[in-house]
Amino acid sequence: MNVVVCVKQIPDPAAPSSLDPTTHNLVRTGKLILDDSDSYGVEMALQLAGQVEGSEVTLVSMAPGGEVSGLRTALAMGAAKAILVSDDALAGSDALGTAKVLAAAIRRAQPDLVLAATESTDGYTGTLPVQVAELLGMPSVTFAKSVAVEGSKVVVERQTEAGYDEVECPLPAVVTVTAGVVEPRYPSFKGIMAAKSKPVDTLTISDLGIDPSEVGATGARQGIVQVAEAEARSAGEKVVDEGDGAQRIVAFLEQIKVI
Amino acid sequence: MIETDEHRLFRSSLRELFEREIQPHVDEWERAGTFPAHELFPKLGAVGLLGLEYGEAYGGMGADHSFTVVAGEELGKIDCGGVPMAIAVQMAMATPALHRYGSEDLKARYLAPAIRGEMVASIAVTEADAGSDVAGIRTRAVRDGDEWVINGSKLYITNGTQADWLCLLARTGDGGGHRDMSLIVVPTSLPGVEVSRKLEKLGMWSSDTAELSFTDVRVPVANTIGEIGRGFQQQMVQFQAERLITVYRHIGSIEQAIDRTREYLSERRAFGKPLLANQHIQFTMAELSARHDMLRHYAYAAAAGVDRGEDVTRFATIGKLIGARLQREVADTCLQFHGGIGYMAEHWTSRFYRDTRLDSIGAGADEIMLRILARMDRFSPT
Ligand SMILES: Cc1cc2nc3c(=O)[nH]c(=O)nc-3n(C[C@H](O)[C@H](O)[C@H](O)COP(=O)(O)OP(=O)(O)OC[C@H]3O[C@@H](n4cnc5c(N)ncnc54)[C@H](O)[C@@H]3O)c2cc1C
Repeated sequence: MNVVVCVKQIPDPAAPSSLDPTTHNLVRTGKLILDDSDSYGVEMALQLAGQVEGSEVTLVSMAPGGEVSGLRTALAMGAAKAILVSDDALAGSDALGTAKVLAAAIRRAQPDLVLAATESTDGYTGTLPVQVAELLGMPSVTFAKSVAVEGSKVVVERQTEAGYDEVECPLPAVVTVTAGVVEPRYPSFKGIMAAKSKPVDTLTISDLGIDPSEVGATGARQGIVQVAEAEARSAGEKVVDEGDGAQRIVAFLEQIKVI
Repeated sequence: MIETDEHRLFRSSLRELFEREIQPHVDEWERAGTFPAHELFPKLGAVGLLGLEYGEAYGGMGADHSFTVVAGEELGKIDCGGVPMAIAVQMAMATPALHRYGSEDLKARYLAPAIRGEMVASIAVTEADAGSDVAGIRTRAVRDGDEWVINGSKLYITNGTQADWLCLLARTGDGGGHRDMSLIVVPTSLPGVEVSRKLEKLGMWSSDTAELSFTDVRVPVANTIGEIGRGFQQQMVQFQAERLITVYRHIGSIEQAIDRTREYLSERRAFGKPLLANQHIQFTMAELSARHDMLRHYAYAAAAGVDRGEDVTRFATIGKLIGARLQREVADTCLQFHGGIGYMAEHWTSRFYRDTRLDSIGAGADEIMLRILARMDRFSPT
């Protein structure tokens, strides 16, 4: 079984971030790291691949400047190889442009299953995986809180507001996983050393046969028109417990129609 | 020390592991006066932490010493001294002699499971009447055919209430002094091995410290680590690893204390300005930072020496002495500049202050480091 995981390499969320004043895009200079929300997909893929002999996990990522730091983390966790698409023409790509690039790269790996996070930690559009599925002509199942492969189908528990749906879908398919799906392993010393010599296939858009006008800032159909400061949170209401704390909290929650 | 991508990745992996598997439990473990070593150690074993420099034949990583430096620094940043100390015992205090001198059979049975984190190890040297003066130990192993019969007691033994085996230093002959001592692997499940007391301490609460007693404990002579009668010398070598990892932990703990204090001082206001606006505070912190920098580079030089296979006794001795003292001074100063909150039990400064007191006593007291140096530098009459 070939499992592909889409992984995003993002600026360290712990470090101060900034937006480009003209494009309003997130500044992505400096070292990037593996998006934490992708570590769940990587772990899920490794566990699924571990169940079927001869399986392999391939990472697919699009990042500027030939960035591989985040990929190395996922390779150290145990993925076999990676495909990185890096091309100056991709700067300013919107979600659909990115989806086109990733879909083309994923196709090369001939996947039985494609995993992705529900959304990235730096962009939050949450639209990319389903776009990739559409471009690949595969069914997609989103918000998986558990994933199992049974023969030629994938069985997913799909998180909903009320509980979860049980969904079955034929392979190949695209599945997005939530942070609760599995506990990602910590890269071990052995894994880190082994990752040094794992192949990372670095491609440009011409390698993928993609027309530059369809991607990057020129191909983007989506742009950020304006950014505004987030409204400061109001101070909230302090409830001092004078023996009736519980009732007063209930009354407050009823008032704002939470319960 | 050159920090490669692999060092950075290992560092971030450890950081995340500690962040998720240790930090959330520290307060609870500190209150409990112990931590669940048998639950935690397998998780550490899985990333290779417990056998970094050990041979792959025993499940070790075969890493060079620089990765131990990274591990020590990250251990130092855990929010207490107790758990990192307990981990350091397993990594670098109770196991180095077994790895270096032990038989293949002993290593398969005790080192490999310790590297996997399935067995917890202790180093049992100190006794009620002999700490600094290791040659004064009285716990005795008397040979009876293929077995040692051990009688005696050990005091202040880290991990002592939960250890599966001890690296025990005992007298195995009548030569007295430095001769006729041996290091023996003693499984704690054997009849006659008792935890006589769990000890209450000033700090390092999350680390269990025990008094152990041995009554007619029968251990195969084959459990002797290396040569019979060379235990003292082997333990002196083992102390090097212990002192080095102690210094690496200091680098991390001091860095974190200085960073946290800087942040607090830039926010806390008095007399109409942040505390950090006072030149006295600036200069005091800057100087601590400078000395920390020197310690770091000294430790890196020590580590490079280890990787070149050099004798690093001098490095380990000076590093341990200066590191322990600097860490105490940093703990005291950071607490001072925090004022009242710094003294509160709930605040990191007070735990750090209590915990750091130990390192000038354990792993060889400051005066023992000075004694070694005085001899080395010919300040003591020969
Ligand atoms: C929390 C904790 C954990 C420990 N864990 C372990 C463990 O896991 N295994 C183990 O074997 N031991 C352990 N120890 C013991 C520790 O190594 C000893 O306490 C230490 O070596 C000092 O020995 P001592 O307590 O007998 O002090 P002593 O030898 O009685 O010395 C007392 C003091 O006298 C001074 N002094 C001693 N000799 C000289 C000298 N020649 N010149 C000048 N001054 C001198 C020093 O200031 C020293 O602190 C632990 C101790 C503590 C407190």
